[in-house]
Amino acid sequence: MLSDQDRIFTNLYGVHDWRLAGARARGDWDGTKEIIARGRDAIIEEMKASGLRGRGGAGFPTGMKWSFMPKEIGARPHYLVVNADESEPGTCKDRDILRHDPHKLVEGCLLASFAMGAHACYIYVRGEFTNEAKHLQQAVDEAYEAGLIGKNACGSGWDFDCYVHRGAGAYICGEETALIESLEGKKGMPRLKPPFPAAVGLYGCPTTVNNVESIAVAPTILRRGAAWFSALGRPKNAGTKLFCISGHVNKPCNVEEELGIPLKELIEKYAGGVRGGWDNLLAVIPGGASVPLLPKATCDTILMDFDSLREVRSGLGTAAVIVMDKSTDVIRAIARLSAFYKHESCGQCTPCREGTGWMMRVMNRMVQGRAEPDEIDTLEQVTKQVEGHTICALGDAAAWPIQGLIRHFRPLMLERIQQYKSRGAARMAAE
Amino acid sequence: MAETATAAFEQPESFAFDAESEAEIATTIAKYPAGKQASGVLPLLWIAQRQMGRQTNSAWVPVKAMDEIARILEIAPIRVYEVCTFYLMFNTAPVGKFHLQLCTTTPCWLRGSDDVVAASRSATGLKGWKEVSADGLFSMTEVECLGACVNAPILQVNDDFYEDMDAEKTKALIEALRRGEIPKPGSMSGRQTSAPDGGPITLTTLSFAKAQ
Repeated sequence: MLSDQDRIFTNLYGVHDWRLAGARARGDWDGTKEIIARGRDAIIEEMKASGLRGRGGAGFPTGMKWSFMPKEIGARPHYLVVNADESEPGTCKDRDILRHDPHKLVEGCLLASFAMGAHACYIYVRGEFTNEAKHLQQAVDEAYEAGLIGKNACGSGWDFDCYVHRGAGAYICGEETALIESLEGKKGMPRLKPPFPAAVGLYGCPTTVNNVESIAVAPTILRRGAAWFSALGRPKNAGTKLFCISGHVNKPCNVEEELGIPLKELIEKYAGGVRGGWDNLLAVIPGGASVPLLPKATCDTILMDFDSLREVRSGLGTAAVIVMDKSTDVIRAIARLSAFYKHESCGQCTPCREGTGWMMRVMNRMVQGRAEPDEIDTLEQVTKQVEGHTICALGDAAAWPIQGLIRHFRPLMLERIQQYKSRGAARMAAE
Repeated sequence: MAETATAAFEQPESFAFDAESEAEIATTIAKYPAGKQASGVLPLLWIAQRQMGRQTNSAWVPVKAMDEIARILEIAPIRVYEVCTFYLMFNTAPVGKFHLQLCTTTPCWLRGSDDVVAASRSATGLKGWKEVSADGLFSMTEVECLGACVNAPILQVNDDFYEDMDAEKTKALIEALRRGEIPKPGSMSGRQTSAPDGGPITLTTLSFAKAQ
């Protein structure tokens, strides 16, 4: 078990004061000026050495992402944009950072912005998080008032402005270029890449978009050192991570643990175990709605990190663990996700706009069993035609849960179809 | 995914921002670089919707408000219309004083959101999504994942999340709202935010924790 001394989010549950005084007592804003004095290159090198991989889902190395920004500030200003549009079903970790540890994020914004040559940062908070955005805004105001940000932030000589911007209920804005479009005041429709945001991002300027958690852990990593962080977790899957454990567990909760913790240990130690005991487990979605589910046999031994989950054709995603016990109609659980993706498709690319609706309608028939057995293959084929054929990853995200269902629960789907057919035959015989 | 039942309603003939909104607009536009004031579309739509809530007990955005936003930001009205209709949280028709937003996405569904929906229907008397009750108090809409899944199921009332809901708690909440009481938002089972039931089992050994 990770010791409390190695946990970064020490006010995860909001037991303590989230304001500046409380944050300082927990070690935030300590020696920020000295960290900045190390210089841009040293900060980026330290982040690279820490092995931190982006906490928003894709797992791209954070330090490397920062290094993609132009070395010199040219005619166009640089921007940091923080993605607080947390909307991946199952995920509620950034919410706790925003409402209980907002100063970790604000300090991280300053350090990351300095490392990338940005004098301004926008934090894009999902619209539903009204109260969370209020805490964050108060933290920003406090930081301005204390001279921690603004002109000559922390006495470092670096000018830095931080703004909170609120979305209005669109999952797609969690995609980085859709988020940029939205921030510019447009519909959240993803942009074609390249050009990547580091070259042409917000207002056409060099921009890096990072997840809340990735930015909020940066100050602690820079204070305690890359060696400390990289010693936690597993090789290439370094550090601690916020896990959200929801669904059929006795005590759903958020918790910070090391990457690589066994899924079974995570559920049993922190979430009070699966409802009805471990043997009552049916399946787990290990990383938010987009990743394929895992059947119980895999859950028995799987480790919770990027590479272990990729090996079993799933993913760590946002580390949102959705647990389903044996009472679950797993076909309906996945069909509801298909409805989600249909609802959230921005409509820009034909395979996604048409495909998500088509997949949802077929999945709804699969819930009833009102289908032919070979339609399962057709459905799988269509998911492959959507996957990889759209501007952004929403098409992939809509395809993967269905692929996972077919991979692991095809017999159940066939059984449902047979049941429907035999009920129909019984009706016919009765008439 | 749900059917909508939007009754006929009238668009107001005019809309003007009040002093409170004007002050908010000034600080909002200052956040964005010169010439990039179009970034203010979402924030100004929020300000308009909140003002409607204050003035009429129904937080929605009339077309005249969109036109006013376009005028202030010096952009074409269609740029505001298309944004307002793209984002789910902007209501383009009147809603109840208490706008109930029910999450039914898989994590909430696993924890019983169907019961919360049924209890909301029976306690408010509303049948369809987006319908507004005759007394103007309630409207209901189905929403996608609200991002509080370890506290599922979630019922959002206006800006506040009511968490760890079930049928009984939903009924009690709606009855309280009807009496004009606003119960404290957060976990309705009384647990500490996203900590496991029974209290945190991590973060209990830190020195600042002991000091408090």
